[in-house]
Amino acid sequence: MPTANIATTVRRVNGACVIDIVGEVNAAADDALSTAFNEASQGGVKVIVMNFTDLQYMNSSGIGVLVTLLIRAQRNKQKLNAYGLSDHYKQIFELTRLNEAIGIYDSEAEAVAA
Amino acid sequence: MTEEPTQQTNRDDAWAKPVDKLTVGDARAGAMNLNVDGRGLTGPLQGFGQLWQKTYRIRLDGAEASVQDVVAYWKANLPTLMPDDSRFYPSLTGVKPGEVLLINATLPGMPGGMPVSTGVLILYADDEAFSVMTPDGHPESGFNTFSAYDEDGTTVAQIQSLARANDPVYEFGFRFMGGGAQQERIWRHVLTGLASHYGVTAEVDVKKVCVDNRLQWNRASNVRHNAVIRTTLNAPVRAARRLFGRA
Repeated sequence: MPTANIATTVRRVNGACVIDIVGEVNAAADDALSTAFNEASQGGVKVIVMNFTDLQYMNSSGIGVLVTLLIRAQRNKQKLNAYGLSDHYKQIFELTRLNEAIGIYDSEAEAVAA
Repeated sequence: MTEEPTQQTNRDDAWAKPVDKLTVGDARAGAMNLNVDGRGLTGPLQGFGQLWQKTYRIRLDGAEASVQDVVAYWKANLPTLMPDDSRFYPSLTGVKPGEVLLINATLPGMPGGMPVSTGVLILYADDEAFSVMTPDGHPESGFNTFSAYDEDGTTVAQIQSLARANDPVYEFGFRFMGGGAQQERIWRHVLTGLASHYGVTAEVDVKKVCVDNRLQWNRASNVRHNAVIRTTLNAPVRAARRLFGRA
């Protein structure tokens, strides 16, 4: 398993929960993102937003980790949104068709309000 | 945290460029090219059946091979590591991001098996892993990642799939016609063959997790692309071409 190189913080914004992601999203990020997702889900939050502004890198295993988070969100009847993605990663979300289920926004305000 | 420029690094070259439809370029001799050209990609969210994450691992204890060595060998020898009933045909360019890898396989379910011609896109490839993504009509809808990593000084080779059956026919096949067992046999074959190259005999560790047990009935119409059905229907055409000497 590659070494985890990720830090997350969870904060509440207007009834939604934002997960700030700093570092790399790969297979080793699974535990950190899962823990952050659990924290963000507490209290019946219906919108969870991933902030990728400080994403350094994401590989294909990282995409897989996001798929599992998305399935958990769907099971909880939560919306999973994202913002802060570079054009490159927006393209990756389109290529992998994650954009069909994860809302991609340009700003935190839009992602929280969606 | 390491100090690196955010997001845009040369590692981004490890990803395939965006494509709407697959295009098969320089197919290798002997590869049957059906059900791939012009097909769209399907990920774990677009298929029909239950979503499974299946992880197959083998520890290369005693092997003097780094993670990078193993992945380089794997990429270069992918076709020969596959069993006879599941042939992989990388393009002449090899296992590179954006290339299409053709697959000619035989699925269980009837005497002699059912032929299927399909393929996958090399979605991602770096020196520690490569991933493929399936097109419409492939038995599965999702990703397969072939990787290696270091575990306490030992290199471990791993195959991890995150996929669901692409349509109801395939779901039935995976559950009741031996498709799931065949899939496991194929990946065990690949990993034991890889280990054998390094002089290692070891057990393959298998872990299966049902990530989503729901069937996505709104994807049932994926069956219109079913590569097994289309390959079977195409058989008379191929026979006629052989008879009249056309490629």
